[in-house]
Amino acid sequence: MARSASEPYDLAVLGAGPAGIAGAVAASEAGLSVALLDASDQTGGQYFRHPAPTLRARRPHALHHDWPAFARLRGRLEASTADHLRAHHVWTVTRESADAWTVHALTGADGDGEHPVRIRARAVLLATGASERHLPFPGWTLPGVVAAGGAQAMLKSGLVLPGRRIVVAGSGPLLLAVASSLAAAGAHVPAVVEASGYLGYARHPRALATNPHKLLEAAAHGSVLLRHRVRPLTRSAVTEAHGTDRVEAVTVTRLDRHWRPVPGTGRRIACDALAVGHGLVPQTELATGLGCATRRTPDGTTALALDGLQRTSVPGLWAAGETGGVGGWLLARVEGELAGLAVAAQLRGRPAPGGRVAELRRRRDRMRAFADAMAAAHAPGPGWTGWLTDDTEVCRCEEVTAGHVREAVSGLGARDARTVKLLTRAGMGWCQGRMCGAAVACLAAAGTAEGTVPPSAERRPLAVPVPLGVLAAQPEAAQPEAAQPEAVQPEAAEPEATRPEGGAGPHGRADPA
Amino acid sequence: MARSVQCEILLTVPQSNSSDVADVIVVGAGVVGAACAYYAARSGLSVTVVDRGPVAGGTTGAGEGNLLVSDKGPGPELELALLSTRLWREMEDGVPAASEYEPKGGLVVASSGTAMDALRHFARAQATAGVTAHEIEADRLREKEPHLAPGLAGGFHYPQDAQVQPALAAARLLRASGARVRTGSEVTAVLTGPGGEVRGVRTPSGDLHAPHVVNAAGTWGGELARLAGGDLPVLPRRGFVLVTEPLPRVVRHKVYAADYVADVASDSAALQTSAVVEGTPAGPVLIGASRERVGFDRTLSVEALRRLAQGATALFPLLAGVRATRAYAGFRPYLPDHLPAIGADPRVPGLLHACGHEGAGIGLAPATGLIVARLLTGAEPPLDVKPFDPGRFPAAA
Amino acid sequence: MARTPAELAGAEPDPPFEITFDGRTVTALPGQSLAAALWGAGILAWRTTRAGGPRAAFCGIGQCFDCLATVNGTPNRRACLVPARPGDAVTTQEGHGHGPLGV
Repeated sequence: MARSASEPYDLAVLGAGPAGIAGAVAASEAGLSVALLDASDQTGGQYFRHPAPTLRARRPHALHHDWPAFARLRGRLEASTADHLRAHHVWTVTRESADAWTVHALTGADGDGEHPVRIRARAVLLATGASERHLPFPGWTLPGVVAAGGAQAMLKSGLVLPGRRIVVAGSGPLLLAVASSLAAAGAHVPAVVEASGYLGYARHPRALATNPHKLLEAAAHGSVLLRHRVRPLTRSAVTEAHGTDRVEAVTVTRLDRHWRPVPGTGRRIACDALAVGHGLVPQTELATGLGCATRRTPDGTTALALDGLQRTSVPGLWAAGETGGVGGWLLARVEGELAGLAVAAQLRGRPAPGGRVAELRRRRDRMRAFADAMAAAHAPGPGWTGWLTDDTEVCRCEEVTAGHVREAVSGLGARDARTVKLLTRAGMGWCQGRMCGAAVACLAAAGTAEGTVPPSAERRPLAVPVPLGVLAAQPEAAQPEAAQPEAVQPEAAEPEATRPEGGAGPHGRADPA
Repeated sequence: MARSVQCEILLTVPQSNSSDVADVIVVGAGVVGAACAYYAARSGLSVTVVDRGPVAGGTTGAGEGNLLVSDKGPGPELELALLSTRLWREMEDGVPAASEYEPKGGLVVASSGTAMDALRHFARAQATAGVTAHEIEADRLREKEPHLAPGLAGGFHYPQDAQVQPALAAARLLRASGARVRTGSEVTAVLTGPGGEVRGVRTPSGDLHAPHVVNAAGTWGGELARLAGGDLPVLPRRGFVLVTEPLPRVVRHKVYAADYVADVASDSAALQTSAVVEGTPAGPVLIGASRERVGFDRTLSVEALRRLAQGATALFPLLAGVRATRAYAGFRPYLPDHLPAIGADPRVPGLLHACGHEGAGIGLAPATGLIVARLLTGAEPPLDVKPFDPGRFPAAA
Repeated sequence: MARTPAELAGAEPDPPFEITFDGRTVTALPGQSLAAALWGAGILAWRTTRAGGPRAAFCGIGQCFDCLATVNGTPNRRACLVPARPGDAVTTQEGHGHGPLGV
């Protein structure tokens, strides 16, 4: 794509997972100039995380289902004109005018020598994926207790395990995948502890029947688990992790259908690590910061409200993949392509290829129905707060306990997560409530009519921490191109990371800060 | 203007078995409403506080918690601030301790000799009104603040300046007041009697009855006044605050540049920023203060953040390597002459206003609450309230 | 059946190198994050909170900030995101990690 460095891109895609890659490929193949930004050095997002090239993994497919399909998608990206801007941590997106957006990012190593980059684009596709939902329990801050997705991410990218005997617990389809990959990589998995039952799926036979791929995937995990003699325990939860310097055992307790722990049913399982998570939550903060409308998903998360062509409620902003509701990589790929085609049609002022769009929409709707069924089956029940003791830390960053949160609710009148945050600091720390948000919202709603985990509506104007020196060195708004004599670091003018592979020359409207 | 209230009669109204009847309804669960409830309750009145949002959900929850005299020249606002400073210090019921009250003092610094001269002039005038200010020569500044940038011309130390955590302050005042608190309940109408006098308020969950309604609705004070048939020209003035990662105590006082005072008093709609930097007991450093009139637009302004960061790192160079983990926007309720409206509405009997404190509401809340309580009970206000008369503005067409 | 992740993925990494954790030598593989290298050595805690509790990597993807480490003297770096480099010195970070700045 012939595009001078001073011109904005047609499209900035945020997130190089399946949705973002598919969107970048579709838009680029339709003739748009595309910048694809991701915090990682690699494409693939969280799902297709894979070892760095220097680890020379000959069998990356052993770590992933569907690796060949991803490799094909990645191949199309590499063959496209899209600029893959690696290691770009986007901290905010601002609207300059009706069709002019600025994506503000940091590049460089975390916490040391970051420098700012600004990417201008006529449209933005948000493909920022999901993060894991966590529900606290006594002992969950012990070393060795790790996020289920985190254990998988560390395995896929770093080829390491947090222990040798790892209990996998929580809720959601991810657990089986995590347990089977940990077991395949040599860990002993004494139990997979699922708070819901798998019977919930049976209530949605149609969604299952029209998504045979998902059944195959589940069967594959199931056979791995069988081979490794992993016991699945349903309607149960890890209600306490034991240990002093690291986890040594967990207590697994049966739950009733509302996720209330059943007294007297706890039993101890020895382990040296616990991988725990309760499903995924769409990452929407960049979008909600720009005023995009949201919707509530069947398992109580907040996702972006999108139309049939993946448009958000804000003109010029599209979204695809988990940002619109967690649904897996195949759905993300379909939505990404749909969004890419829709953006191209809009910017070029001509209709998108009708047949392809109709086919993509059909597939998307089918997979969304399945995703909703899965979400409903694993929606956290309200009784989980029954396993919290008053001294259980809820907010890991600020070390705010459940008792402290409950006092703010019962004694000081807090009824929502934001007020609890203001009164207790829960959610005010480094992670900005990403770990405790769901739990705090739930505790704040205690006593209200809500039957499940309420949506987390926190605002995060800074999506990642930004050094004050970097903020101070932003170009002045009135004269965006004016040099800031003392602030400009010449080496920041063309960050290495913005050069696409293949050395096609200076690219990327990476304004010097 | 202060009307005598027949509180003896009011107090005979049965309260225990009817939760929708009170002596006074305070609209607004921010710090000003909480202080009104606190002092009204201490005066023996039964109080209901109603807010469409949560406790401290508006300006209060977005504030830094400034209790400042240093930025105010002689005049009615300074009198209000000095009284408030004393009231914060003497407040009972454990409120200050539970609100992270810190009498840490302010340090105003000047970057040039001219600015220093202006500061001296300002401090001399303040001294006549009861403000304590000590001049700090340039070479002594770093004894007060070791991380201050070199090259400053000097400054003034204001020992009366203090800070609280504003949301906690509001919540603790409300709890100490014992008032009935109805959050998440929007006032949709002000109920009036045949003579136009206030009888209570209507909310979606039912009518609340009281012969007095206090408008402590902050930025929405104008709306509430209109609902009641009154008029008050309250408008929002947006501000951003940048918050850093947790740090040890690197800034001891509230430190700001001398140009802050001019910005506070300015009438401009355009973005103005002046660095105001302070540490907190919880660790993060808070950085303000920006002002702009953009309605209720919450969209992040990178330009505002840039200027805040620039100002803060100019004062404290070590902050350049520190990360901002969050930023938040708030809307200060301001009136055209930058003074709050405290007192009876000129047209609606029974309606009192306590809003329009702009960025000083946390500091001015106790004095405001005390004045309102005195007016409600027919007692003498603690200071001359005429400058805050809500009737001082020409009525809207 | 694979007994290690590296066997599972058929990894034949470039030559390993050394980093240190609180002075102890730890072997890292090129391409690993600091967190991965520390996990590989069985180290699961490299920070204490302001209240004193031991912590380290939790989410593994840069979101939770529990893995903040002091690396070559610079505090608050997310060990799960920072690639290990030969000679890196990771030290247990105490609290906010900025102790020396206090006045």
